[in-house]
Amino acid sequence: MEATRRTIRLVVNGKPRSIEVAAHETLLAALKERLYLTGAKEGCGVGECGACTVLLDGRAVNACLVLAVEADGRELGTIEGEARPDGSLSALQRAFIDHAALQCGFCTPGMVLSARALLRRNPRPSREEIVEAIAGNLCRCTGYEPVIDAIAAAAEEEAAEGSVVPPAASAGAGEGRGP
Amino acid sequence: MTSRANDRELRWVGRPVPRIDGEAKVRGCATYVHDMAWPGMLFARIKTSPHASARIVRVDTGEAEQVPGVRAVLVGADLPYKVGLYMIDKSILARDVVRYCGEAVAAVAAETELAAEEACERIRIEYEPLPAVLDPVAALAPDAPLVHPGLAEYGRMKGVFFPRPGTNVAHHQKIRKGDLLAGFRAADRTFEHAFSNPPVQHAFLETHTAIVQALPDGRVEIVSSAQSPYTVRQLFSVCFGIPLSRIHVRVPYVGGGFGGKAGIHLEPLVYCLSRKADGRPVKLTISREEAFHTMPSRQGLRSRIRTGVRNDGRITALEVEYLWDAGAYADYGVNVGRAAAYSGAGPYDIPNCHIDSLVVYTNKTFGTAYRGFGHLEVLWGIERNLDLIARELALDPYAIRIGNCLRAGSTTITGEEVTANPGRPDLCLEAAAKAVGWGEPRSGPAPGGTRRRGRGLALLHKAPAMPVFTSCSAILKFNEDASVDLLVSGVDYGQGTYTALAQIAAEELGLPVDRIHVVWECDTDFTPYDWQTVASRFAFMGGNAVIDAARDCLAQLRAVAAQVLHAPESELVCADGKVSVVHNPGSSLDYRRLVMGYTYPNGNSIGGPVIGRGRYIAQGLTHLDPETGQGRPALDWTYGAHAVELEVDTATGDIEILHLASAFDVGKTLNRQQVVTQIIGGVVQGIGSAVSEEFLFDAQGRFRNAGFVDYKIPTAKDIPRRMSQHIVETPQLDGPYGARGVAEHPMISIPGAIGNALADALGIDFFELPLNPERVYLAIKKAGRKKTTDEHR
Ligand code: FES
Ligand code: FES
Repeated sequence: MEATRRTIRLVVNGKPRSIEVAAHETLLAALKERLYLTGAKEGCGVGECGACTVLLDGRAVNACLVLAVEADGRELGTIEGEARPDGSLSALQRAFIDHAALQCGFCTPGMVLSARALLRRNPRPSREEIVEAIAGNLCRCTGYEPVIDAIAAAAEEEAAEGSVVPPAASAGAGEGRGP
Repeated sequence: MTSRANDRELRWVGRPVPRIDGEAKVRGCATYVHDMAWPGMLFARIKTSPHASARIVRVDTGEAEQVPGVRAVLVGADLPYKVGLYMIDKSILARDVVRYCGEAVAAVAAETELAAEEACERIRIEYEPLPAVLDPVAALAPDAPLVHPGLAEYGRMKGVFFPRPGTNVAHHQKIRKGDLLAGFRAADRTFEHAFSNPPVQHAFLETHTAIVQALPDGRVEIVSSAQSPYTVRQLFSVCFGIPLSRIHVRVPYVGGGFGGKAGIHLEPLVYCLSRKADGRPVKLTISREEAFHTMPSRQGLRSRIRTGVRNDGRITALEVEYLWDAGAYADYGVNVGRAAAYSGAGPYDIPNCHIDSLVVYTNKTFGTAYRGFGHLEVLWGIERNLDLIARELALDPYAIRIGNCLRAGSTTITGEEVTANPGRPDLCLEAAAKAVGWGEPRSGPAPGGTRRRGRGLALLHKAPAMPVFTSCSAILKFNEDASVDLLVSGVDYGQGTYTALAQIAAEELGLPVDRIHVVWECDTDFTPYDWQTVASRFAFMGGNAVIDAARDCLAQLRAVAAQVLHAPESELVCADGKVSVVHNPGSSLDYRRLVMGYTYPNGNSIGGPVIGRGRYIAQGLTHLDPETGQGRPALDWTYGAHAVELEVDTATGDIEILHLASAFDVGKTLNRQQVVTQIIGGVVQGIGSAVSEEFLFDAQGRFRNAGFVDYKIPTAKDIPRRMSQHIVETPQLDGPYGARGVAEHPMISIPGAIGNALADALGIDFFELPLNPERVYLAIKKAGRKKTTDEHR
């Protein structure tokens, strides 16, 4: 049953890594089991909830739908890489706390990264664009409004301060959302 | 427990303190059971029943055991145990028969999840299908198949629940107040209406998961995404006959609960797998599909409401039948049926009232607690009923509510006298109605288009549903630097209670809130007893326990300081991290010099580490009389109201909520941001129940929409254009600083308010939920056809 294994090279939150993964292994599983990054959450495992959202070359993707091997040679950003280079919270993270945009917190890493992908490609989004960007991220606790407020506030702050971009997200930002 | 601190300026309670769990969560370092792995851990999967009702004729696990990596295979026949919170009616894995489609019949633990999955597929089970009963009305027929022929033998909480052996009735709760016949005689008009709610899911983002290890010396290690570590331990102990002190339950961060993680769930099964696998730790994580069809949900309801009313709108009699579609097991659902009965008339003063609430077994996914615990369900009918009556009597829906609502001097339907301070439903209604411009001329959409505008109101109330002896405790443990560890065993799975408790502790101890460290993991070996984290009771009871513990700390600090400062204890004040003499503030001692004991210059030492102990037990609750339901079931009542303004598109049946205003009498706001965000979250969850969520079953009782694609919970696109929150503060005299719970309440009565607004917009009455575009559109078409035929007649 041991499936074929492959070594892949990728940049994780700005640092080059090489890991061995199985051919069938999802990126989400590789994150947890090979890279010991447990910030991304599994809410459904089938691409329906967005809790596993990570950034692949700056684009938000559902890590439960991407095979680990597909990340070969690419830049991967996770919630663990969202803070500023000095370790302090990013404006987005700060805004989530200030606006109480989280309760149980299980959707939060995915929510923050969907927002990060949006702000990368569109630093001054309208409310509608924010809603669109997180429409694939289910949250059962917050009722979304505080999340939308937090993202809007962070966008304003980052735009004003000339955007401090965390290294993880520094790759070219594609359009929209991946699988 | 009202604090002395009421008398002075509050520094932390009521202040905008940000959530203390915020940083861990935005950094992704809050660890949930989902994220955990233990050395040597095996992965489990379950196999579920494809039938709603069937006999298990033969089981063959031979092939499954051969799958490489498999360490344990279990079927129901291996496990002669029953579990349950109120009604002990459920086997760990189905034995002899399966009672719902999705029920777990077998389980495997293996080195990888894939191997466990494959082994499950290779377990061969032969079934003989049996007739299934899929509806509570059918289940009450005299010749209905019995879901539990052995009902008489089941253990249960005696004197509280009343099953009817030989039928499908798991519990019958009666409420009898006044003289019903006289009440109907006093009425000018009598109305009868029927309503229904489908079963729905909590849909918390983190599915149930647990890791359990059966140690060789008989101890059991459990880490679980559970709401109530002590209840897990208690029920586990009863199930297996293992002493409590040999069972260790830990609960880290939990990804949402809403009632669905109360009681006990996966732990017994995972324990049995670990035992079979020679004591290796085993982890079972429920898949999203299983979360829908295997794990419990909110039970469905059918209501029949007969109302006697005077022409001025005053209700003289109310006769209600609630039929709960409990599904295959009723371990928790019986208490939903009970709680929803004793508050089953809504927040109204009803002089003559009969309620029969029957919790009925069917061959469907079973019911459990879900945010609001029966209240969203019954208030859908109660609040729609009032609007239907108001229209017939040409009364304003606002006026009929104000005219009937509970006020000081009323008695509830269980005979509890309403005093001046338990909360004001009338003020809530006023605030919500005013916010949407109730009574003012409406600015509707341009005539001629397909959109219609309407407004609706609904009231609500709820008290914690819990045993009379419910208690909890708190420990405040000073550290050497005079920071404090706060230990409780109620779980904060998102409600924000820990932040509120930290504020209370800071206030009472006279320390900055950042010096209070709430120990996040609940642990039956270390954190003190709490019954369960349910029913919006934690801030109230936990808050009181923390106040008690803080006072214990202060007494210890004062006792030592009195000796050092040569002053009587009664003249010492504790504030700003110091104990000082009241009339001579210069004479003071920093807490730091006291919390581990005070040392005199010559080396002599007195006192010792300061550890405060606090507790609280529900006050004055009584059992309900089995025949009349009279008694005192409620620790506190939280009242609230919603007002909705919406537009409905008659061409599609789509509803757009323009403004949803909510008002609650929270007693005292401990943290405004948290109250507001609890309300927003609850309202949006209520919108899910109102307009989109329902379980779909086929004719054989098979679940048809087990996943987020076919079962739609609200997304960011589905929220109202505007939501507003209004807070009323009538202090609860025995609540911490006057506060009462408000975690569940925001979702209650959302369906009623939307249904009433829809009726206002369209002139069409809806009696069933959800109000999805299909149902609304078909009703519009039907009404249109009826109108055309009427015109042609
Ligand atoms: S876990 Fe739900 S989308 Fe990936
Ligand atoms: S905060 Fe709980 S799911 Fe979003």
